[in-house]
Amino acid sequence: MELYLSPSDYLRNFDRFIGELSFADPKKLHIASHPKWINVHPAVLAFTATLALTVGREHVEFDAFTASSAHYLDRMGLFNFTKNKSPYHIAHNEPAGRFIPLTIIKDSAGQSQFITDMIPLLHLPPEKTDPIKYTIGELVRNVLEHSYSTSGAVVVAQYYRKSNIVRIGICDNGIGIRQSMNKFWHPKNDIDAIKLALMPGISGTTHREGGTEDNAGAGLYFIKSIAQVARNYFVIYSGSAIYKLLLHDKRIKNARLHPDPNDDRHSERNNAPNFHGTLVAIDIALDSDAGDFEKLLGDIRESYTLALRERKKIKYREPRFV
Amino acid sequence: MKKIIVYQEAGEFAENKDVARKWREEIILLELAKNKVVEVDFVNVTGVTQSFVHALVAEAFRRYGDRAFDNLIFSNANGVVREIIRTVYHYMQESLGDTDENRP
Repeated sequence: MELYLSPSDYLRNFDRFIGELSFADPKKLHIASHPKWINVHPAVLAFTATLALTVGREHVEFDAFTASSAHYLDRMGLFNFTKNKSPYHIAHNEPAGRFIPLTIIKDSAGQSQFITDMIPLLHLPPEKTDPIKYTIGELVRNVLEHSYSTSGAVVVAQYYRKSNIVRIGICDNGIGIRQSMNKFWHPKNDIDAIKLALMPGISGTTHREGGTEDNAGAGLYFIKSIAQVARNYFVIYSGSAIYKLLLHDKRIKNARLHPDPNDDRHSERNNAPNFHGTLVAIDIALDSDAGDFEKLLGDIRESYTLALRERKKIKYREPRFV
Repeated sequence: MKKIIVYQEAGEFAENKDVARKWREEIILLELAKNKVVEVDFVNVTGVTQSFVHALVAEAFRRYGDRAFDNLIFSNANGVVREIIRTVYHYMQESLGDTDENRP
C-alpha cells in the first residue's frame, strides 16, 4: 500500500488523495509526502493510521519528512502507529484548544469516555458541541456494531480557528458497508451500498421499516443532514466507492434535506482502490445553521417521516377494480 | 411507577446503547407488560443520540403499541432531547405494522 500526503488533502480535493493511493502490496504501507508542505484533513490521518493497523506497525515505512509542517503528524499521534520514532522533538503539552489526536476506540465504555474527554480539548462553547458529540457518537457506534473491525474505530478531529470549522475523520478496517448491507438488501456494488446506508430507515440488520429493537437505519442520514445544513463536505469511502456530499449554493438559506442521496448535490465513483473498511469524513462549520441543533433535528425529523410515508405509499396494495 | 434517571448511567450525553438496552429489557418492557407507567428522567442530560432513544423505546412500541405511548413519560428533557424523542416516536408510528414477512 502506498499513499501520499500533500499540501492540500482536504475533502474538496479528496479525489487527488485517492489518485495517489495504491493497495498493490497489501502487506506493507509506504507513506510519501510533499517535500515542502503537508496539510492533511483529519480523515486522511485516520485512514493512514487504519492502514498502519492493518499491516502492523513493523510494516509501515515513510520517506524522510522534509516539510516543515510535518511535525503536525507527530502532534496528532501518527508515529504511534509506526515502528519509526518521530523525527521531531516537540513538547507534548495538553492538546487543549485545537485537536483530538488519533485515538482508537474498541468498545462502548471507551466510546463514552472518549466523548466525555474530547469536548474540553476543543475548547468550544457548549451549544456548539452538540453536533460534534452527536456525529462522533453515532459514527463510532456504527463501527463498533456493524464493522466487525478487530482494531476498533480510529477517530481524530481538528478545530480550525480561522474558518471556525471542526474537521472529523473516523475509520475502520472492518467488513465495509457493502458486506454490512448485503444480508438484507443485496446492493449491486459498493456505491449502491453506501447510498442505501444513507437512506433514512434502511438498516443493514433488517428489511423492516423502523429497524430492529436495536437499530433504526437512521445514523448516517442524520450525519449527512448535519453536514448538508452546515454547508459542509461529507465523504464516505468504502470498498471501491466514494460518495461525497458537495456544498449547496450559498444563496440557499434553508437547505432542503433529501432522503434519497441521489437527490443531493454530490459526486460519486465506484472505481477507487478497493479499501477493506470504511472511512467517514465530515466538516462541521460552527457558525452555520447547524449551530441551531434543535431546529436542525426538527428538520431531519420532518424529512425522515416524510420519506417513510412516501416509501409506505409505494408498498400499498392497490384495490382490484373489475 | 418506575423511574429511569438517564444521567446516572448514561451520563451528560446519552449515547451508550448497551445502557439503553439494559433499561429496555430490565425495566421498560417488564413494566409495560404489567401495564405500569415508566418515567424516563433526562435531568442533567444535555444531549442524546437517536440510536440511544431507539434502543430504549422502539421495541416497546412494536410490542405494546398504544400502551407504550400511554405509559412512557419523559421528564426534564431539553429541546434537543425532545426533538430526538419526537423523531423516534414519529418514524416508529410510520413503520408500525411493517414486518419482514409482508415485504415484496
